[in-house]
Amino acid sequence: MNQLLPLFVIVPLSATFLIMIFGRFFKDFNKYFASCVLLFLVVLSFYSMISLNGGLSLYKVGGWQPINKIPIGIYIVMDGFNSLIVCIINLIGFLVVFYSISYIKRYTAENYFYALFCLLIGGMNGVVISGDLFNIFVFLEISVISSYALVAFGVEKNELEASFKYQVLGGLASFLILFGIGFIYWKTKTLNIADIRAAFSNGYDKKYYLFVQLLILSGFGLKAAIIPFHAWLPDAHSSAPSPISAMLSGVFIKAVGIYVIIRLFFNMFEISEGMAILITTLGTISMVIGVFLAIGQWDIKRLLAYHSISQMGYVVMSVGIGMILVSRGLKPEVASLAITGGIYHLINHAAFKGLLFLNAGAIEYTLGTRNLKEMGGLAKVMPVTSATSFIASMSISGVPPFNGFFSKLIIIIAAILARFYLLAALAVIVSIITLASFLKFQRYAFYDKPKNPMGSEVKEVPFPMVFSMIVLSILCLLLSLLVIPSVREVILAPAVNILTDPLKYSTFILGQ
Amino acid sequence: MIAYYMCFGLFFVGLYGVITRRNLVKIAISLSIMEISTFLFFALIGYIDNGVAPIVNPADPDKIYVDPLPQTLVLTAIVIGLATTALLMAVIIRLYRKYKTFDIREINELRG
Repeated sequence: MNQLLPLFVIVPLSATFLIMIFGRFFKDFNKYFASCVLLFLVVLSFYSMISLNGGLSLYKVGGWQPINKIPIGIYIVMDGFNSLIVCIINLIGFLVVFYSISYIKRYTAENYFYALFCLLIGGMNGVVISGDLFNIFVFLEISVISSYALVAFGVEKNELEASFKYQVLGGLASFLILFGIGFIYWKTKTLNIADIRAAFSNGYDKKYYLFVQLLILSGFGLKAAIIPFHAWLPDAHSSAPSPISAMLSGVFIKAVGIYVIIRLFFNMFEISEGMAILITTLGTISMVIGVFLAIGQWDIKRLLAYHSISQMGYVVMSVGIGMILVSRGLKPEVASLAITGGIYHLINHAAFKGLLFLNAGAIEYTLGTRNLKEMGGLAKVMPVTSATSFIASMSISGVPPFNGFFSKLIIIIAAILARFYLLAALAVIVSIITLASFLKFQRYAFYDKPKNPMGSEVKEVPFPMVFSMIVLSILCLLLSLLVIPSVREVILAPAVNILTDPLKYSTFILGQ
Repeated sequence: MIAYYMCFGLFFVGLYGVITRRNLVKIAISLSIMEISTFLFFALIGYIDNGVAPIVNPADPDKIYVDPLPQTLVLTAIVIGLATTALLMAVIIRLYRKYKTFDIREINELRG
């Protein structure tokens, strides 16, 4: 029973209201208060990850005790896997909000920005730590509504169109998820994830089960922008203000999409081979097609958004390989290696894609354009942006010694050991194309001759933006330490154990 | 059982509307129809034949009650649905001010 767990939701939600009320009266209250709140959440998330010590902890909202071992209250659960995701959400959130202090001055209505941002953080934390399906839905809606509003924050033609598209597809996804929850409740008469697992283990109708799985997969797949469902992502992520793009691409699609898919398909449903093969196929398709769509883009943020689809493909493919092996009951050590690779890449992607979007924001801040053809020669005038974006580009394309290399290496080794030679080859090829695409970005933005004569106003961005970019680039280097076995044992192994041993989660929660 | 099929019918009516309509407001209306079909489905799964309202009467322990949980879920979902619809309509009004049209074929700045 960990009393601190509800704070992950309470603190950002109350910050939203306080910013809306006091931000009107005190100038600059909003930005410093939001930064302090996020800093507190970062400390809290790292503290709870360390104090977890590889186990699980549970908080029952309102103190409703289970009756006859059937949970009736709302459960908040923290385990090895979601503590990592909570750390990512709050850390990237803090850096992004600090970056926004300078960046968001170009927009009016700063109060609304910080209030919506805290709401977004609260919703994502809620999705990740919630232990029952309906609360996942409620917090999901809280976070997506604030993200719809934040995408449309510029209220120009592009932003509004992107937000409309995003809202229609997001609404469709929400109804699919709600239908899935309804079907699950109809058969099991419970909403707690662990209890659903127990109820389904007493036998179920195969076709019904498959139907529910497909509803849930397509609903959360739409939120995670896996390839057949990806249409909204490039528009929404490229039209949003840059700090929000960093948040959406770096954290949001993982927290409400990939995380929930992994959690539900490992810990709630029984892993079936057909579903595992479907998930692996979807991951591979998004990995390959995403990078081909990215290579022809000249708008920086659109290019980065397509790369998000491709990199999420790596994660889904790698976790899918793990699922196939778990469902066949073969080679448990290779299965856990594949899942390790997936989760490791998930964390790394948050660091380097957040950094790349912040770089794109810095370029847009100084030059006022996102078109690669209108840039050039920025390496001399913006040294920090240039250096950090070089680190991030090398990380995402998998060049040693940056973090992306190690996670991709683990994924490829796992694919080879599991005898999926085609997938391993595709992963290598996609990585090379990614490198080519980012070399293009580097050359056109930073090293070519300037296309237009630059005025004296083109210089390095202000301190808060520089600080966030430098911290994230250091993080890109530090995260490669996770590959060392003794560090991996402490941080990644608990997350993998909870997934490869699916009954551990439900037996712990039902035993409380 | 026929009520369940009608509720799915309503869902597909909404889906058809979202796919084929070209007017922004009609797309929003179609989304609301889909939303209402999910709410209807939730209300239906809580219903039990011959059940009464779930206020427990200790004098009569064998009474059949309808399931109250889906009703509370629907209430929450309706509130969420109101928020999403309001935001969608706000964006549609802003789009109309920028483009002077509700036709989705003429709102196509984002491509590729």
